[in-house]
Amino acid sequence: MKVKAQAVQERKPAAEVPKTGADLFVEALQAAGVDTIFGYPGGAVLPIYDALYRAEPRFQHILTRHEQGAIHAAEGYARVSGKPGVVIATSGPGATNLITGIADAMMDSLPLVVFTGQVGRSVIGTDAFQESDVMGITTPITKHNYQVQKQEDMPRIIKEAFYIATTGRPGPVVIDIPKDISGEVYQTAAAEEPIHLPGYQPTMKPNNNQIKKLIHAISTAKRPILLTGAGILHAKASEEIRAFAKRFQLPVASTLLGLGAFPASEPQFLGMAGMHGTYAANRGLYECDLLINVGARFDDRLTGNLEHFAPQATIAHIDIDPAEIGKIIPTSIPVVADAKAALKELQTAEAELPDIQDWREHLQHYKEEYPLWHNNPAQDLVPQWVLKAVHKVTEGNAIITTDVGQHQMWTAQYYSFDKPNRWVTSGGLGTMGFGFPAAIGAQLASPDSRVISVVGDGGFQMTMQELSVLQERKLPVKVLIVNNQSLGMVRQWQEFFYQERYSESLLDIQPDFVKLADSYDIKGVRLETQEQLVAELPSLLQSDEPVVIDCRVLRQENVFPMIAPGKGLHEMIGVSR
Amino acid sequence: MKRIITATVQNRSGVLNRITGLMQKRQFNIDSISVGKTEVEQISRMTFVVEVEDMQKLEQLTKQLHKQIDVLKVADITDHAIVARELALVKVVCPPASRNELQSIIAPFRASAVDISKDSMIVQVTGDSDKIEAFLELVRPYGIKELTRTGVTAFLRGHQPQAADGNTYSLITN
Repeated sequence: MKVKAQAVQERKPAAEVPKTGADLFVEALQAAGVDTIFGYPGGAVLPIYDALYRAEPRFQHILTRHEQGAIHAAEGYARVSGKPGVVIATSGPGATNLITGIADAMMDSLPLVVFTGQVGRSVIGTDAFQESDVMGITTPITKHNYQVQKQEDMPRIIKEAFYIATTGRPGPVVIDIPKDISGEVYQTAAAEEPIHLPGYQPTMKPNNNQIKKLIHAISTAKRPILLTGAGILHAKASEEIRAFAKRFQLPVASTLLGLGAFPASEPQFLGMAGMHGTYAANRGLYECDLLINVGARFDDRLTGNLEHFAPQATIAHIDIDPAEIGKIIPTSIPVVADAKAALKELQTAEAELPDIQDWREHLQHYKEEYPLWHNNPAQDLVPQWVLKAVHKVTEGNAIITTDVGQHQMWTAQYYSFDKPNRWVTSGGLGTMGFGFPAAIGAQLASPDSRVISVVGDGGFQMTMQELSVLQERKLPVKVLIVNNQSLGMVRQWQEFFYQERYSESLLDIQPDFVKLADSYDIKGVRLETQEQLVAELPSLLQSDEPVVIDCRVLRQENVFPMIAPGKGLHEMIGVSR
Repeated sequence: MKRIITATVQNRSGVLNRITGLMQKRQFNIDSISVGKTEVEQISRMTFVVEVEDMQKLEQLTKQLHKQIDVLKVADITDHAIVARELALVKVVCPPASRNELQSIIAPFRASAVDISKDSMIVQVTGDSDKIEAFLELVRPYGIKELTRTGVTAFLRGHQPQAADGNTYSLITN
C-alpha cells in the first residue's frame, strides 16, 4: 500500500494561551525575515514547536528525518539563496546530531542560525536527561554561540546572531535555549536594543594604499594569474570579477568552492586548480609571478606541497577575514575587504595594462594540449561521461549538489559552471552525506531551478532517509547516484598508495536503490549502458517529479589528473592518457 | 620565542573557554594566563604569555584572537616599554633556626613572609618573572614544599620611547 503524501497538516485552532519565551523566539524570527526552518522536534524544544504551531503566518518547517539532514539542507538553502539557513533541534542527541553540519558550515563559511534546546536552567550541569554541553561542544566550530540566560535577552541575541552569521565572513551561529526560558510565561517587556557589538566590525572597504600596490603589481607583472574563491560568491561579486579579469586579460584558475564565480566557458578560464585540478590551472599557479587570490583560503588540497606553490610569485590576497591573509602563504599585498568593494576599486583605478600576451598563449597551449581526459568504453558507463551528459541535458543551468569524493571531483571537472550559486558541495570538511539533504535545501531556496544531487553510493546511504522529505513535499530533486559500488576515493588511494589493499572500501552488498525509491513512492531508475542513458536521461532530469537514478558506472575509474599527497603543483600524475 | 599578549574582552560567559580553546585548536602553547576585571564594567583584561615559533605564527595568533566576537582589542606588548608583574606564593621548609637566614633573603627581594608555622614559612614575592625565578633559586636549597604563581599581568608604561615601534593590531584595519 502506498502512503499518501500529506504536505501540510491541519491545525487545531489555537486556544488563547499566554505568551511564553517561545513566542518571543517566533517574533524574533519573523523580525529577521525567516520563512523557512529546517528542524526536528524533541523534549527541550516542545515550547518552541508549540509556538511554531500557533504562529501566524506559518513558517515553512521542513521536518527532515535526522537532524543531520536538517542542517545540511539549511546549508544548501544558504548556499543557493544567500540567506541564512535556520535550524532547530532539541537538546542532547538532537544537538549533537547537528555537529557535522555546523563544522561543515564553519569550514565553508555558510551563514546558519542554529537553535538547540537545552535542559532547564535549574538542572544544567547535573547530567540531566538529554543534556549535553552544547556551548562547549560548538565553541570551536561556530563563528559565535550564545546560551539564552534571561527571557528578555532573547530578541537581542537572535538579532545579533543573524547579523553575525550573515555579515563579514559568513558562518554558523548557535543559540542554546534552556527549556524553561522558552516554556515559561513571559513577564518583562524586552527593550528594543540596537545591535551593539564593539568587538565585531568587519572591514568592508579596502585600504587605498594596498589597492595602489596591487594595481602596480598587475601593471608590471609578466605572468599574473587570478585565483577565484568562494569569497566572491559570498560577496555577490561575480559580475565584478568577470569585469576585472576582462580588463587585465588575466588567466583565471578557480578553487573547488569558487566554481561558478567566473564562467567556465570563458577562454581565459584555465579550470579548477589543486589536487585534481587541470594541468593548465596548476601550471599557471606554479609558474606565475603574481598570484591574485580573491576570496580563497589556500586550502592544502589547492596548494599541494607549499614549497612548490607559486614559488616565484608575489602574493596578493583579497579577503574579508584578516586571519586568512598570511595564514598559509606569506603575503606581500594584503587587502582586507569585501571582494565586491575591492574589485570595484581595482576596476576604477587607473592602470597600465600588463604585457602578458606570451604568458596567455603559453597557458592556452597547456589548456589545449593537456585537457581533462577519461576512458571511453563502447557501452559501459564511465562517470566522467555521465557528468558530461548531465551537463548537456541541463545545458549547464542546473543546481548541482555533491558529497565528497570521486563523484565530487568528476562533477567539478566536467559540469562546467558558468553561473554563480549553482554549485553546492562540501569543500573544507569533506562531508559524506551532505549532497542529498543539501539538494533539498537548494530546491526550497530556488523552487524553479532544476536541482540535481550527484552522490556516490556510499554517501547517499548516509542520509538517504531524507527521501521522505521529497515524498512529503513533492520536491522535484533528482538524485543521481554515481554507483561504483565502492567508496571510490578511498579505493583510489588504496590502489595508489596501499598496493591495492582495498580495506573496507568495496560495497558489494547494496540496497536496491530503485526499490528503495519505490518504497517512498518516488520514481527509481537504473541506468547501465550509454545507450540507455542517452535515451532516458533527458526525460528523467526534466521531469517535475523527484527521481532516483542509480547510475551503474565502472568500478575501477580513477580521478585524474592528480597531485599525490606531499607533492607539489608541478608533480601531477595522470595528466594525459 | 616568548611573547606577552594582552586582550581586552567583553566579560561574557564562555569567553575564556573560547580563547583557550582556539589556542589549543591552533596549537599555541600558553605559558600563563591571567584574567581579571578592568576599570570598565563588563570588560575584562587577559594577559597571556605564549611560546610561538615565529612572527607568522604570532600574527596568526593575534588575528585569530581578534576574530572572536567578544574580543575588543589585542596587543602584543612584548617589545614595548611595559610593566609586567607576577605574584608567587612559596611555602619553604623553615625550622625556627632558619628563620633569620630566610628573612635575610626575603628583604632584598622586597618579598614578605605571610605565614609562619613551626617548620615552614609562606613567602609572597612579586615582580617580573626573572626576579621571581631568581628568588626561587635562592630559597630552593631550603626546600620548597609548595609553589603557586599567578602568571604575568602587564601594562604599557605611560610613556613610550619613540623608537619602540612594536606591533599593535587594531580591529578596524589590518
